Amino acid sequence: MASLVELDKVSKLYGSFVALRTISLQFERGRCYVLLGENGAGKSTLLRMIAGLLRPTYGSVRVFLRQSGDGGPPADARDRIGYMSHAPMLYDELSAAENLRYFASLYREQPCLTPAEALQAVGLDPALPRPVGQYSQGMRQRTSLARVLLAQPELLLLDEPFSNMDAASAQQMLALVGRLRGEGKTVILTTHQRELAEPIADFLLTLQAGSVASLVERQSYAGGMNERTLFDSVAQDDSLKYL
Amino acid sequence: MKRPYFWVHLAKDLRIEWRSRDAINSMLFFALLVVVIFSLAFDPTRSFARQISAPVLCVAILFAAVSALNQTWARELRHNVLDAHRMSPSPAGALFLGKVLANFLFVSVIELILAPLFVIFYNLHALGNVWLLLLAVPLGTWSILINGTFFAALSIRSRNRELLLPLILFPIFMPALLAMVLAIAAILSGESDPSLWIKVLLSYDVIFTTISLLLFDTILYAED
Repeated sequence: MASLVELDKVSKLYGSFVALRTISLQFERGRCYVLLGENGAGKSTLLRMIAGLLRPTYGSVRVFLRQSGDGGPPADARDRIGYMSHAPMLYDELSAAENLRYFASLYREQPCLTPAEALQAVGLDPALPRPVGQYSQGMRQRTSLARVLLAQPELLLLDEPFSNMDAASAQQMLALVGRLRGEGKTVILTTHQRELAEPIADFLLTLQAGSVASLVERQSYAGGMNERTLFDSVAQDDSLKYL
Repeated sequence: MKRPYFWVHLAKDLRIEWRSRDAINSMLFFALLVVVIFSLAFDPTRSFARQISAPVLCVAILFAAVSALNQTWARELRHNVLDAHRMSPSPAGALFLGKVLANFLFVSVIELILAPLFVIFYNLHALGNVWLLLLAVPLGTWSILINGTFFAALSIRSRNRELLLPLILFPIFMPALLAMVLAIAAILSGESDPSLWIKVLLSYDVIFTTISLLLFDTILYAED
């Protein structure tokens, strides 16, 4: 299957701290990758690098076959990437609908969802007049996801999308992400809630201290789920080529 | 009909300011403080007022503008909204132009409030062509804001950005500040022709607007 994102021997250093160590990965189109790992493992750094918001110190990142990492995603790929970070990337003073209307107007050259459609997709009331600053953390997360969905991107980069959400909301978001993957979108998401994200994952990628610790492919079949370890740093199985 | 990108950014900034009034309130406080304190300190007669009112007005505008400029990118940094701009296909220059125009409108509102206060506190009666103030003041204001918005963006990743902004801005703004003061003083006193200083301001604005628009891409997409 064609790869959408390619990382070739990517390392990222913050001063003397190594956030990512010589990572080579390929992310296939239309698949869902769940990135796992402890705090500081390098999950968010990896996601920001794919988004083009960080430059690799060494190595190269290619997204949609274009070189990324000049301080932003490749110019002609910006409307094809949706990035949701820890922070909601919304204006506190505006309501959810106003925020989304504003961001939709920045993606005017392509068909966008309406703010109402995007908000309904994440289970929020589009008519809610309160400014986002008065929302709960979970509601902000959902509005943030709605912002990402607006431009109907092909590649979704979701950094902890289920954090701060109650169980029911997290399940609702999970179903939404699963549906997006079913529509052929490529999803790369980070989470600490492995059990929650497993059902939608095609690959479970575990990072440890900036390196790939393991990579597990999950394939569903009629009777259940089959897991195949493609790489395990403990077993020193150098089979990343299967990715 | 689709509105230009800069208009979208401008409308958003105006809407946010209308709700928060962060910039207007801080600017108004600084500007009124300067105007009132100077008028009490000097107890100006009409001729003396003509001499000092131009620099006082410019200092009031400068301090007011800097207090607004410090906040102009703060709301983009809060919750990482700036990353959303870096990810969007909208041109970087439009974001910058929208910000400058929004700041220009905020400072213009302050100037409109200050104008009658100046006449009252400084007992002003202009001897030159008063209508030329409609050229000199907006051109001078634009020169502060085009540089200020640019350098505020340049310093947003710095921990000491509120200190850094005036340190970078004031030396570069100095030629425009002098031209603004001399143009306004010439208009108020009627003793000399302000046209040279107005041309200086116009040239300064054209040069720095062009440079800022061309370089803003580099600043927006610079890595954290």
